[in-house]
Amino acid sequence: MFDFLQGYDVLGAFWMTVKLTVLSALGSLVWGTLLAAMRVSPVPLMRGFGTVYVNIVRNIPLTVIIVFTSLGLADIFGMTLGAANDFKAQGFRLAILGLVGYHAAFVCESLRSGINTVPLGQAEAARAIGLSFGQTLRLIVLPQAFRSVIGPLANVLIALTKNTTVAAAIGVAEAAYLMKSMIENEAQTLLIGAVFAFGFVVLTLPTGLILGWLGKRLAVKR
Amino acid sequence: MSSVLYDTPGPNAKRRNVVLSVVFVALLALVLWWVWQKMDDKGQLKWSLWQPFTTSEAWTTYLLPGLGDTLKAAALAMVIALPLGAFFGISRMSDHRWVRVPAGVVVEFFRSIPVLLLMLFANEFYARSTNVTTEDRPLYAVITALVLYNASVLAEVVRAGILALPRGQTEAAYAIGLRKGQTMTSILLPQAVTAMLPAIVSQLVVIVKDTALGGVMIGYTELLNSRSTLAANYANVIPSFIVVAIIFIIVNFTLTSFASWLEGRLRRSKRGTGAVLTEDTVEVNPAAVGGAFGTGAGGTSV
Repeated sequence: MFDFLQGYDVLGAFWMTVKLTVLSALGSLVWGTLLAAMRVSPVPLMRGFGTVYVNIVRNIPLTVIIVFTSLGLADIFGMTLGAANDFKAQGFRLAILGLVGYHAAFVCESLRSGINTVPLGQAEAARAIGLSFGQTLRLIVLPQAFRSVIGPLANVLIALTKNTTVAAAIGVAEAAYLMKSMIENEAQTLLIGAVFAFGFVVLTLPTGLILGWLGKRLAVKR
Repeated sequence: MSSVLYDTPGPNAKRRNVVLSVVFVALLALVLWWVWQKMDDKGQLKWSLWQPFTTSEAWTTYLLPGLGDTLKAAALAMVIALPLGAFFGISRMSDHRWVRVPAGVVVEFFRSIPVLLLMLFANEFYARSTNVTTEDRPLYAVITALVLYNASVLAEVVRAGILALPRGQTEAAYAIGLRKGQTMTSILLPQAVTAMLPAIVSQLVVIVKDTALGGVMIGYTELLNSRSTLAANYANVIPSFIVVAIIFIIVNFTLTSFASWLEGRLRRSKRGTGAVLTEDTVEVNPAAVGGAFGTGAGGTSV
């Protein structure tokens, strides 16, 4: 029944999806945290930059960003990210760049809402014992904020997992890309769709369950 | 603006803030200058590449029809997804297990697989099993995928909206002798829909953004797709990307602003229960919304 899978590297394609997800998740966590720090910082210009970045990126379709990294950054500006001759590696890196830039905005917004849930007394006490803005944020507020936004961050991670499929638009050989060619060449449309849908359910369902459980466990009890 | 995170700046802090601002502006200016240089280097600043956007031809032949198709697909998808979402959302709260469980499975399934997969599948399905014409097929596929995904997201929004209503509403309805169906249609839903409006408008932003996928992957002639035709004609890749991005930003920013205006209005209004559902209520609190399966696979706005 499943002999149509012969000759296609389905597991390899899903491995590509996982690689895209993990690397982009790490990147957007770092960049998103920096953006969130900017958005609550005492320097008005940084706050402004954070706000403008988030509002611009959130309102552009991810597809536009990903396609732009390939047709614009790589083809016109020659930004090949150190993989000028390797088309595959280049697409992979560009896709990660686009995914990080896009999802960092959502990480930033989740974190900011987490910072808002930390009671005023915490930051006030931190200031009272003489901690600076950076210390208050790093030692007192962010650790508590992170623990309260594991749920929302898990949602961003799940959305990121699903959004890696957009990388198919610039020819990265991940799950959706393989599905497109399989579904066009093989007769079992429904079965192929089911296999790939199952793959994504397997990727996203545990993420939600595990991180949801972790979020409840780690949430600061108040 | 003062914040709890830092004191109102004194003389030292003011000086430090000024220094930081200057450094930040310098960095930003450096990056912008580098981008400008790069653009100039590659000849992307030449007026001949930007000039087409001042003519009516670029707009009437490419951009406006593209934008029209984007909005058409988004509007149709929303109009079909709303009742379907309400249906599934209400089914998930049914007292009967054989209604509740299948509805939950359907909702969680379509929330956890990418829209692109649905789109590719729908496109191929229409090509093989129906006699939809080749011209109409991309539109049908885009709408089908968006409807399936967004109906399941909206189902959760509807459910959260109804659960957010005070229990007294249901109790009062039962007390005056309404049946379950009547309670839902004439008491709970009307109030929930008002509370859900901001979340629904925010979801429209997601739909508008997702139509772009159809342009690249299955050749639906929406804005991003018309951009490539336009760029092929005028050979202006970078300017066309910038213009299309700006159009998307304007459309989506308008929708987002409208959603937050609605939210503020609903919060202030004295009538109603004061329950307001934003995308955040759904997103930030998956525990309250997630239900038995609880994947929270929405990430509604992403």
